[in-house]
Amino acid sequence: MSRRRSLHLGIGLTLVLLLAAAVVVSYLWLPFAPDDTSGGRLSPPGDGHLLGTDKLGRDLFTQLLLGGRIAFATGIGAVAVGSLLGVSFGLLAGFATRWLDDAAAVALDILIAFPTLLLAMIIVAGAGASLGAAILAIGIGMAAIVARLTRVLVKQVLAREYITAARVAGISWPRIVASHILPNIAPTLMVNLALQAGLAVLAEASLSYLGLGTPPPNASWGRMLFEAQATALTAPVAALAPGIALVALVIGLNLTADGLRDLTDPTRRRARTATSPASSTSPATTPETAATPASEPAAATAASATAAATATASAAASAAERDISPRRAAGADGVAEPSDPTGRSER
Amino acid sequence: MKRYLLRRTAILLASLVLAAVVLFVLLRLLPGDPANALLPVGATPEQIEAARRELGTDASLPVQFLRWLGDAFTLDLGRSLISTLPVGPEIAGRLPVTVPVTLAAFLLAIVIAVPVGALAAIRADRWYGPILNAVAQFGIAVPAFWIGVLLVTVFALRLGVLPAGGFPPDGWAQPGLAIEAIVLPVVTVALVMSASLIRYVRAATLDVVGADYLRTARALGLSRGAALRRHGVRNASVPVIAVLAVELATTFLGAVVVESVFALPGLGSLLVTGIRQHDYPVIQGVMLVSTAAVLLVGFLGDIAQRLIDPRLLQRTAS
Repeated sequence: MSRRRSLHLGIGLTLVLLLAAAVVVSYLWLPFAPDDTSGGRLSPPGDGHLLGTDKLGRDLFTQLLLGGRIAFATGIGAVAVGSLLGVSFGLLAGFATRWLDDAAAVALDILIAFPTLLLAMIIVAGAGASLGAAILAIGIGMAAIVARLTRVLVKQVLAREYITAARVAGISWPRIVASHILPNIAPTLMVNLALQAGLAVLAEASLSYLGLGTPPPNASWGRMLFEAQATALTAPVAALAPGIALVALVIGLNLTADGLRDLTDPTRRRARTATSPASSTSPATTPETAATPASEPAAATAASATAAATATASAAASAAERDISPRRAAGADGVAEPSDPTGRSER
Repeated sequence: MKRYLLRRTAILLASLVLAAVVLFVLLRLLPGDPANALLPVGATPEQIEAARRELGTDASLPVQFLRWLGDAFTLDLGRSLISTLPVGPEIAGRLPVTVPVTLAAFLLAIVIAVPVGALAAIRADRWYGPILNAVAQFGIAVPAFWIGVLLVTVFALRLGVLPAGGFPPDGWAQPGLAIEAIVLPVVTVALVMSASLIRYVRAATLDVVGADYLRTARALGLSRGAALRRHGVRNASVPVIAVLAVELATTFLGAVVVESVFALPGLGSLLVTGIRQHDYPVIQGVMLVSTAAVLLVGFLGDIAQRLIDPRLLQRTAS
């Protein structure tokens, strides 16, 4: 059972940390100066150039490390923007009165109908192509998803008795938010944010590939792939290395999220041991969130019918039931588990 | 069903209008005066004023919005700032590329994902189960454009069996060439889409495989395959259909990016060029059409889901 999951966490963290270490090293030491074009154009690996050189004669490995900085900056920056905006708005919406909350839910649904990449493209259209604009744009796109998730999570927590108890005990709302709500929604949010970081890295790469992200001479993996495309036959390493780095980082983040989810949700682990062996290979019902393993099949069937219905506000229910498999696993308390249901894994 | 249909239609229309508002506001909030695109460097204030009047950006924002929305309803999306051609026909001219690529990729993704996903669930205990999972895990982490680059390198540059990009000038009047031109883009998008779809299908199948009613069916004497066919398929298809609607929208987006890899003259390249040239009417038009398509697909997906599983109707009604 959870051996497989902790394996996921192990592989995922290893990948992410290895790449992070390489990025840290890049600030202390680079094999060549970023603008050192002494290597000869498109030379194959060797002669001090671990991966050869690009078409301007720059060391490819150096470029790869520099691209790593941008990938991590995007992941971290976009998650910072997305979580800050998303969690604040989600909290407000979660607390709002019925009517306002419904309006917020509809607004979020519509915002989410704009895929992150298109949203980012509009912002880049106005602000001009730069890493900052790309991060901001991806972060804003992410905020809508995070806000929707936060809103549903907050509603679930607010319906719990311990919140009523805290109210009765005379604790102020700000303190309840800080000491009861945030800690309770944090684990699920973190899992989602890890996935979102991967999607952000992919989105930045796509933007850069299209020439709408990080401008030259900065080395973004997406841009490196664009530049290597024309010479892929004569210099295959240049067309492979950035892609492999990109995939390694995204898989790392996805697996980390996978493992974290299992780690932070003991009910899921218990459910797994209780069910048939088939379920131990645990499915991913909420794919968007791509690597999110969500449903426990055997337990799910019975609870599924109630899952969406009990998901607090009607809007929340319809949102959850619309996009996600209605057969999602119910938590211990039979509440539908929210996730990011929209198809925003654009690449 | 009728009540649901009415409600869902109302939501669809409201979403469309709201999406138009969001789009309009977003584009207008951005820095940069669209009039700049028409003017030479160092234009006089009179020239700027004239350019604004020509574009209609001298009116107040609500007036501009109503004007734009009214025009959009009559399929008039304005004129490109760069080419001065009307945007509507321009978009319509791109659809014969983007729509076939999207639909073909979508169908191919389903053809790949449904059997593979179902197999991964039903035969989860076999040796290839983990392999299928690893492949899907890899697939969701791969950017579509990279797959495109690799396919071009192998099939166009190395083997030379398919064109590396472009589209015949006469379009579908040359069906052979047109089909050759979209094979690689379609495969690219389909491969990436099928990866996430496999995970959905597998999850939905696993749900069904463990269900009590299947055990009952087996107990009543049906073979495993017959039980799955008669009772499993329909139940497993409900969540998959919900996902398919979202996936179709994602496929469309994938096509938008992948078009650039293959230099296909579709909506995606129109949008990217529009953004590079700050051609606001083009950006606005393409975005409006794309968003409308995404919302419409979501609408159809919801309806289809309820036709297959009427239980969902009761749930939303209560």
